[in-house]
Order: sequence, then structure tokens, then C-alpha cells
Amino acid sequence: MSQIEVRGLAKVFRVAERRAGLAGAFRGLVSRRHREVHALAGIDFDIDRGELVGYIGPNGAGKSTTIKILAGILTPSAGTCTVDGLTPWRDRRQHAARIGVVFGQRTQLWWDLPVIESFELLQRIYRIPEPVFQRNRDRMVALLRLAPLLDTPVRQLSLGQRMRADLAAALLHEPSLLFLDEPTIGLDAASKLAMRDFIRTLNRDKAVTVLLTTHDMADIEALCDRIMVIGGGRILTDGGIDQLRLRVGNERVLTVDFADQGSAEALARELTGSGILDVQVSGLRARIGFDAGALAPATLIARVTAAFEVRDLFVEHPPIERTVAELYAAHGQGEP
Amino acid sequence: MRALSPYVAVVSARYRIILQYRAAAFAGFVTQLFWGAVRLMILAAFYAAATGPQPMNMAEVVAYIWLGQALLGMLPWNTDADFKEQVASGGVAYDLLRPLDLYGYWFARTLAFRTASTILRAVPMVVFAMLLLPVLGLAEWALPVPSLPALAGFIAAIAAAALLSTAVTVLAHITMLWTLSGEGVDRILPSFVTVLSGMVIPLPLFPAWLQPFLEWQPFRGLCDVPYRIYSGNIPAAEAGAEIALTLVWTAVIIWFGRLLLARGVRRLVVQGG
Repeated sequence: MSQIEVRGLAKVFRVAERRAGLAGAFRGLVSRRHREVHALAGIDFDIDRGELVGYIGPNGAGKSTTIKILAGILTPSAGTCTVDGLTPWRDRRQHAARIGVVFGQRTQLWWDLPVIESFELLQRIYRIPEPVFQRNRDRMVALLRLAPLLDTPVRQLSLGQRMRADLAAALLHEPSLLFLDEPTIGLDAASKLAMRDFIRTLNRDKAVTVLLTTHDMADIEALCDRIMVIGGGRILTDGGIDQLRLRVGNERVLTVDFADQGSAEALARELTGSGILDVQVSGLRARIGFDAGALAPATLIARVTAAFEVRDLFVEHPPIERTVAELYAAHGQGEP
Repeated sequence: MRALSPYVAVVSARYRIILQYRAAAFAGFVTQLFWGAVRLMILAAFYAAATGPQPMNMAEVVAYIWLGQALLGMLPWNTDADFKEQVASGGVAYDLLRPLDLYGYWFARTLAFRTASTILRAVPMVVFAMLLLPVLGLAEWALPVPSLPALAGFIAAIAAAALLSTAVTVLAHITMLWTLSGEGVDRILPSFVTVLSGMVIPLPLFPAWLQPFLEWQPFRGLCDVPYRIYSGNIPAAEAGAEIALTLVWTAVIIWFGRLLLARGVRRLVVQGG
């Protein structure tokens, strides 16, 4: 049995609509018009124990709604969902003791308490036995380099430090399932890398199931074996990163460094024909977008190297951001 | 005890946070000292001009006033600014992520909010009114030392008052799930809490025809009952029944609060945070 089973999960919000203008405001006093917003229009998925799943989608696609339902703080309008056999919103307290949640946008630590006292309070709230607590605390302090921060009140921490403390706080009670909602938002490059390393280690060594939402595709590429893309309240794709790329075609990018400026410009003029999508030149470098289905990479490389003096070249996938943006666009998603 | 452990931890953590605010406590002490003196002088003037016998003697009034000044912060006259902030930012939904009974969690937080800063102010006030005033030659205006049975009764009554006050404050917090701002309750609460508890004028000094109502309403347990037990105006033998009434009211308000919270949470989890 999968750890998480979601079937036909739907959520409809009723939103009071305001009419425009002063007259509209007065009419709104008497009769309210409601609009139904389908945040989730019936989604299905399973997640197995130990999976590391990326959950992505444009703003307003239903990511947070899903996470809130899975965490037990929101009741769906229809559908079922079990996590380790429990229904999150019905068995809230029992469920809450087994999951860890980190919201990048808000802290769950006590603003005015030193980090260590927040940890001790969590120990009591989650009724963590002393030896287990000590072991987990020491492990987190070492892995997340928290030792110098322990006596600092949370409000004095930088964003990166706070996120590390928050992550530790969510794991003290050894949850088997961790929800991470934009854990790297606003972090500098070094903190992001450290955060990713930690998540990977946690998932690999402790077999903690992780459901990660993010807008940072580098997080996804670095961490996730499986990606679910949601848009308009529906799951658009669910699978590995290669499958996601297949969805939007066979585009590849050939980057070529030439020995001289003239070759790059000549190439931009001369290289046309089926399979070539676009050519961009900057200095000695040219980036050639092409469709690998219509034009084999080897053929293209042979053509380029035969005609010009090439110093270096490599083929890569288009950035995953583009792939995802195209996927959103194809489904009429994304913000207007 | 094991079942209560998380809630006790919440109370103690809030205490550690609130006890940091020493300057606010000192300012509160000075203000309350000033108001105590004003209220004493007004009542003394009334007593000097009164022709008939009064339901309380002057010594009992003096005790009533000083205890009221010392324990003012324990009245459920406002809501927790922290909590307000949390409601405004949508953070209350995240309290549901804890494996705790939500009402118990909020009660524990509120109990600390209601009592921690009060203790900071009450101690200097008692030291001043009980010990310092006699030294200054104002023994007549000093907080009298209670008899032992009266002190025991007072301690029990003030503990019950703390629970009652917390229950009322939690109820005010719960209303914010609908109103989303504490502005309304913060304006309404003090006007009737201060009058009905006896904080403005000791309840026995109200007209006789109001007494039956005043005796049975819940807010009396906040000030009137403990302060009069302290001064002996309510004899020790009757203290038990009075405290029991306070506890019954507390239970009723907790029951109502739980009911309201269950509805509020259903709304929250249906409509989203």
C-alpha cells in the first residue's frame, strides 16, 4: 500500500464577489454574489514511502491547497485521501504527530524564544522521549550547523539561519513524511545548496518521504526523481524529469564556441533548414536551438564542424523553466 | 500529569517570554499606584460624607482597592496582541499542525498571557501597599495583613479567578475567527468586565435592588469574591460556596468556548486560512 493515497480530491471555495462602484457596494450589503473557485478539480496520485516528489505549478494552481489538505488543516469538498491509513482532517491530532511541515514563508518557531527553547517546547508538545530528542537534536545541530545559533532568539536570525532552524524543528519528532512548501525561497546560493544537500541526505538515509513544492526548478532538478505538475486544479503530468521534457517536444540546444568572430556570424546567416529552431550569437559563442526529432544532434554537429573552426561545443536540454512554462502555457495556465 | 505536559510547557514558555518585559511592568505599577490613590481618596470622601451604615467598612474598602490595583492585569479586559497578529496573518490555521487539543493549547497560552505580567506588577504593589505605607505613617491606608483562613480562601479564590478570566479571554480570542480583528471585543470587554467584576466600584456599594443580579453574574468571581474573602467581608465559612460558583461559571464558559471553537475551526478548514 502506498503511504499517501489521493482519490478524486476536490476543493471548491466560495468567494464573495464585490460589485464595482459605490452603488455596487450598497447592493452588496443586501445581496452577495458568490463565485465558486475550483482550487482542486479532482486529483489522484499515490506516493510511496521514501519517495522524493516535486510538486510544481504556477501560482494559484492548487499546490498549497493540496498541501493543506494533506497536512490536515483543510477539509476537501470531495474525494478521499489517506496517509498511513489515516484521514488527515478527521484524525488530525494523530496525523499531526507523524508529519513534519516547513513553510518557507512563515516560521513555526516561537519568535521571542531562543532556538533551543523552541526545540524543548516542541519536545514537550510532541511528547518526544528524552533520549530520542537528544539524539535527533544533536544530529540536526550537526547537520544543519545550528550550534552557534541555539541561544539566539528566532527573531534575530537571518532568513537562511531561520530556515535551517525551522527544518530542524520539523524533524525532531522523526516524522515519516515531510511537507516542504518553498523551503529555498529567498535563500542565497550557499544556503540553497546546503538545504538541498540536507534534504537529499534525509531522504536517502532515513527514508523520509518528502513532498516538495517550489518555484525554483534547480531544486527540482537537483532533488526529485518524480515531478507532479499541477495547473488549474488538475495534475498535468506525473513522472520523471525526462518524461516531463518529452511532453513539450524534443528541443535541444547546441552551444558552440568558435575560434573567431566571423565564423559565429557566418553560421548565424547560413545555418537554416528543417529542424533548426533559432540561432543566437553573442561574441564567439552561438546557441542553436533545434528539434532533435527532425535533425539528429550528430548530423548537426557534423555540419557545423565541417564548415567552421570550432573550439568547443556541447548539447543540452533547454532549461527546465522553459519546459515548465511551455507546459503551463499549453494548458492555458499561468498568470495573465 | 503526563497528559498535561505539553500544555504546562506552553504556559512556561509564554511566561519566559512575557517576563522579559520588565519596563512595561514597572510603568504599569506606577500607573496603577496613581489610580489606586485616586480611587481611595474618592471612596474615602464618600465614606466621610455618608450618614447611614455601609455594607463594607473602610478597612475592607482599602483592601478591595489595593488588591484590585495589584491584580488589574488579570481582568479579561483585552486580547493578546500576539494572537491578534496571528489571526491577521492567517497563522491560526497552523496551530492545527500541532498534535494538541486546540482549545487546551489556546487556554494554556492565554493563561500565561493573563497571569505572567500580572505577577510582575502585583508583587511590587503588595510590597508597597502592605509594607511600605505603614512605614510612611499611612497605616490607615495600607493593605491589611489577612488572617490565615482568609489568606487560604483568597488564594483558592484567586486561582479560580485566573481560570475564569482565562476562559473569558479565550472566548474573546475565538470570536476573532469570525471578526478577524480584536478591535471590537477590545472595546466591548472592558466596559462591562470592569463594572461587573467590582473593579470600578466595589459591588456591595451598588444599590440594594441590583444586588441579586450582581451576586449571580459570572464576572463577580474575578474581583469581588477573592477580595472580600481576603478582608473577611465574606466569612471563611462561606468562601467555599462562592468559589464553587466561580468554578461553575468557568466550566460553563469553557464549554461554550469549546462549542464555538469547534464551529470556528470547521469554518476555517472548510473555507481556508
